[in-house]
Amino acid sequence: MMGRRGVLISSASTVLFIVLVGVVIALSPGASIVRERFFDWEHLKNSLLGSSTTPSVLEAFVLNIKIFTIAEAFILVIALGIALIRAVPGPVFFPLRMVAIVYTDIFRGIPLILVLYMIGFGVPGLGLQFLSSRSDVTYGIIALVLVYSAYVAEVYRAGIDSVHQSQIAAARSLGLSRWKAMRYVVLPQAVRRVIPPLLNDFIGLQKDTALVSVLGSVEAARAAQIYAAEQFNYASYVVAAVLFVLITIPLARFTDHLIVRDRNRRQAGATT
Amino acid sequence: MTAERILEVAGVHKSFDKNKVLDGVDLDLDRHEVVCLIGASGSGKSTLLRCINLLERVDEGDIRFEGASIAREVKDVDRLRSRIGMVFQAFNLFPHMNVMHNITLGPEEALGLDRREAKERAEALLERFGLSDKSEEYPDRLSGGQQQRVAIVRALAMRPQMLLLDEVTSALDPELVAEVLTLIRELAEEGMTMLIATHEMGFAKDIAHRVAFLDAGKILEEGPPAKIFEEPENERTRRFLQRIIAAGRL
Repeated sequence: MMGRRGVLISSASTVLFIVLVGVVIALSPGASIVRERFFDWEHLKNSLLGSSTTPSVLEAFVLNIKIFTIAEAFILVIALGIALIRAVPGPVFFPLRMVAIVYTDIFRGIPLILVLYMIGFGVPGLGLQFLSSRSDVTYGIIALVLVYSAYVAEVYRAGIDSVHQSQIAAARSLGLSRWKAMRYVVLPQAVRRVIPPLLNDFIGLQKDTALVSVLGSVEAARAAQIYAAEQFNYASYVVAAVLFVLITIPLARFTDHLIVRDRNRRQAGATT
Repeated sequence: MTAERILEVAGVHKSFDKNKVLDGVDLDLDRHEVVCLIGASGSGKSTLLRCINLLERVDEGDIRFEGASIAREVKDVDRLRSRIGMVFQAFNLFPHMNVMHNITLGPEEALGLDRREAKERAEALLERFGLSDKSEEYPDRLSGGQQQRVAIVRALAMRPQMLLLDEVTSALDPELVAEVLTLIRELAEEGMTMLIATHEMGFAKDIAHRVAFLDAGKILEEGPPAKIFEEPENERTRRFLQRIIAAGRL
């Protein structure tokens, strides 16, 4: 814990650091150009709120949030399913495990942008009635879910593996079935342990929603690009960047909060 | 008095890879009997207990529980395990559940009791063993002795026919051993059938109806504690006990 002195020193050094960075930027030869191209107040405002000829980055950003939220819900469930399939023991279930392994290997290996192209441009070409006439956003979400589920399944699996065998032995010795031991004893501990890497992946996912724009959807990054092309000014990129950062920070702090809360609840007043 | 045989272990062999841990173990247990397994670390005590609870499968030999063979074909492993309680050296409480939930999980999920019944059962046991004030605590907040007592209560909440105790005081600080041994002694007095792997020779001498000395995967000698501790027949038993006495543990 930082004392008052610690807080004072850290604030002072932070201020000094920011001032130094500011001075270096202000004194650099291209300082005025940087200010004009990236931080011009009018451009910042216009790109954020939009104008008659350019889209609003803020409005477009709502689409990112929508994509992120829907994709995340699917990923959490599908990835858990894959991780559980990989944890099913016994030779009978080998084919099932094999499918899960092949799935994670493939979708962790292919760059997201290629999956986006294949789903977004390939599936409509298949001419399947149910699947082939969806919106770009839907294809984008499907691609994100396919790729991220593979990653998140591995995160879950690491969590499941990290729960000590003795916990399973204790649960089974009480007469709990394999599945109930997994559900009540292993999974709750596993999920708690993987919350930080899980949320880390979701921060990645939030950013990767920008890639859905390659299928034509106008989300924040695409809107910023349109603005820049129209106005020859990059303030729109700064606006989009700030928006992305603004939603990842609460997620990061929320992660920290969850970790601390869990630790406190279990250990408050512990005498070792 | 005709004793009812509850457990028969006959010629049990168990290897891990090339390492032979159990090399033909024979051991019987009557209902209400307390048998202590003694022997050096690595002599196979834990493995024998784990085999009886089917946490390990035996390679050869047979184990019969309440008359039925359990070593090979068991239709309902979970039901069998719910009738045999097991307490571990490292407690193995569930760290994400409070004491109450640790105890009610088995009765609710394995025995199908409803929450209220399971809770009443747990409360009665906690009350009896002076742990009522701990029911909302998480395991991390308890001392080792308290954790192990909770682990025993957790096993008892299943109302098992027999308890297997695997060096339950070995992970405890010396000053915490007594509270756990006292609890076990109470259970013995009540007639709980127990098979206890232990390094606490004084305790074994005191509580056991029979003591079995396990060495290199075989039971070399068994009998009433007075005989095993005072006049051991086997040379290896004698040497083992001499080392224990030299270490001041008897």
